[in-house]
Amino acid sequence: MAHYTIDTKGLLCPMPVIRLQDRAETLQPGDQLEVLSSDPGALNDIPAWCRINGHSVLKKGQEGREVRVVVELGNGTFSS
Amino acid sequence: MSKQRKAAVLVSGGLDSMLAVRVLQEQGIHVEGINFYTGFCVEGHTHAIRKKDQQKDKRNNALWVAEQLGIKLHIVDIIEEYKEVLINPKHGYGANMNPCLDCKIFMVKKAVEWMVKKGFDFIATGEVVGQRPMSQRKDTMPVVANESGAEELLLRPLCAKNLPPSLPEREGWVDRESLYDFSGRTRKPQMALAKEFGFEEYATPAGGCCFLTDERYSVKLVDLWNARGSRDYEMDDIMLLKVGRHLRPAPHFKMIVSREEGENHFLQGYKNRYTTMYCSDFTGPLVLIDGSASEEDLELAGRITARFGKGKSAPEVTIVVREPGAEPREIKVAPLPPSQVDKGWYI
Repeated sequence: MAHYTIDTKGLLCPMPVIRLQDRAETLQPGDQLEVLSSDPGALNDIPAWCRINGHSVLKKGQEGREVRVVVELGNGTFSS
Repeated sequence: MSKQRKAAVLVSGGLDSMLAVRVLQEQGIHVEGINFYTGFCVEGHTHAIRKKDQQKDKRNNALWVAEQLGIKLHIVDIIEEYKEVLINPKHGYGANMNPCLDCKIFMVKKAVEWMVKKGFDFIATGEVVGQRPMSQRKDTMPVVANESGAEELLLRPLCAKNLPPSLPEREGWVDRESLYDFSGRTRKPQMALAKEFGFEEYATPAGGCCFLTDERYSVKLVDLWNARGSRDYEMDDIMLLKVGRHLRPAPHFKMIVSREEGENHFLQGYKNRYTTMYCSDFTGPLVLIDGSASEEDLELAGRITARFGKGKSAPEVTIVVREPGAEPREIKVAPLPPSQVDKGWYI
């Protein structure tokens, strides 16, 4: 299991989701991806993307204007 | 047992594509959604920028629809490739700078590429014949199928019975008789079908999903192209067209004046790439200068900046000018009286 961080600050949704999605395609189930964003919409969009694509949100929160969501990649099974 | 067929459906987040997915699911088709991001999608951006909108419950409708339907959604960034569609649309523009027909052809073409790569069997959309003045007419819908390369692999489940049978229908992958014959601009059949499927909530349909259909936005885009002498743009340009008041006091520079705190913060993100200014002794907007402004231009811009702040009635105010790569500096200016702000400067 590896932990990666992607910085999407300055990008508006859905770009943080697209960056996460494209990076996730190169990783393995169990890997963790931490997404940094300045768009509060990421707090909704990333968990929604995770639910429909079978991944888990381990942590999410906002400090000041910075949003942070930690995702653990699943095996791609729909989980809603 | 026959093989389960797989369809890639263009999911916008609106009702029509939501229904198209469910119609295919009812027939046992495996469906996955594709959503294309051009940079001009209205989805969420103004919510993300303007403070008053940040309290609203915000969601990405395409993701929400996918979750309701239990399908995967693939969001595809087509910002760069989309430039050619917008700059040189073969079939022209709609009422504003919206190249709807070329846009639809391009998206279906990209969906075909995705379909081939992922081993899917056909493409479907929520299009309804006669619903849109440009891309969803009886004479233009075949153009979409032909020019996108989808040909007979493009199925429109909501209006299939008004069109010649597609390959998925002829091959029996889907039952044509269970498809629909919707047509025209009325939304009643879609709403009735939504009720039948138990969809109690869905996004307001049609028209409002693309900034290019917005007259004010289109005027600003054309102004940008005219000022630069080139029909080109970067992502930053199209984002900035969504923010603030835009004034062009001279052909070679434009001011983007924030209207509230959220826009102030958003424009701050561009301070290393553009000249910015604000009034330091009174509350007021952050202003971004796009273009090459001389010292004289900056003084005029400073006077206009002051006019939009609390110090507009003061005899003189301090404006902090920050140019990329340089230390901030101050200039003293007299706020421009409202009568001297030329209405023609507003874009």
